Amino acid sequence: MKSPTLSLLLSGLLLAGGAHATDADHIRTSHAWIRVLPGALPAGAYVTLENDGEQPVALRGAGSTVYAEVMLHQSSRASGMSRMSMVDALNVPAHGKAELAPAGYHLMLMQPNAPVKPGDTVTLTLQFGDGSTLATDFIARPANALDAGDGHADHAMPAMDHGAMPHGH
Amino acid sequence: MKPRHWLRPALLFLLLAAGLLLGGCHRGEPLPFRLTNISGHMPDLDFKLTDDSGKAVTGADYRGKVVLLYFGYTHCPDVCPLTLAQLHVVMQRLEPLADGARILFVSVDPARDTPAIMHAYVNAFDKRAVGLVGDARSVEALSKRYRSAFTREPSSADGAYEVSHSSAIYVFDRDGRARVLATPSASQDDLVHDLHLLLDTGATP
Repeated sequence: MKSPTLSLLLSGLLLAGGAHATDADHIRTSHAWIRVLPGALPAGAYVTLENDGEQPVALRGAGSTVYAEVMLHQSSRASGMSRMSMVDALNVPAHGKAELAPAGYHLMLMQPNAPVKPGDTVTLTLQFGDGSTLATDFIARPANALDAGDGHADHAMPAMDHGAMPHGH
Repeated sequence: MKPRHWLRPALLFLLLAAGLLLGGCHRGEPLPFRLTNISGHMPDLDFKLTDDSGKAVTGADYRGKVVLLYFGYTHCPDVCPLTLAQLHVVMQRLEPLADGARILFVSVDPARDTPAIMHAYVNAFDKRAVGLVGDARSVEALSKRYRSAFTREPSSADGAYEVSHSSAIYVFDRDGRARVLATPSASQDDLVHDLHLLLDTGATP
């Protein structure tokens, strides 16, 4: 079945593959951290994603060799109630960014196969809409940490300067 | 026109007496809180639960301390730790007055949260935090007392589940009276300010 159409199609696909970078190629990560909780309790992972591409990129989830299960979650608040729900994807706009940050989007990490301690580095493999992946190092921080602890201006103390906890003044 | 003679001094005396009484009750001016003032609108701190050392406790056990009451659960990886971490920062800013305050973290997940798990959890945030557990009925009674609520969401295939819960922080004075309500979006400065007011007044043991 060496039809000219098929080979044309195949070479077209190959060309397309070569010309177009994957979703992962357009994503830069920063402030990647995990809030470590005692025992085997689920932990939250946070990261800032910047997309330098012309197209939006969807973060679909992540995988890990340390945690048996990783889920993309969103915390929300309505009429005085806090709730948490699973989401299918987080959109990173073209030439824009998306933040996984406390009280918003986060990766929920469940069932660690070994204890994770503050100071450890854990690699999570971020998964994008086109199937491409990006291995990212997350720094494990103590339970009462408020940010990645990397001294980034947006995350300076005091704590409630966070987007999620706006100052009243 | 005889009565007129004594009417005015009598009225003056009554006013004075009333003023003295009011002053005596309130120990001066009402406190200028910045957060939502709930004084007189919510019942006193009262519950029967078990603390994170396994001891049976009631609201009366925390008289003499300014109490920050917050509902949550340990399998909550995002909002509960964030709130507790922020309360830890508030406590640090209050030093050394913070020893006069307690964070009471009440579990809305009686099925999974044991005193031991709660102990490890709260101590990862602040040494002045106490984890409280109880049967579903006791926790519900406390939650309802403060017009708060919690709902266990449907379990996923592996049996994991989330609990939606009230996000407010209720603050009680040393006499167990409800004083202010902080929402999670309240400014940290306002919380520190109001706790100062409560911790500075009445040096009850």
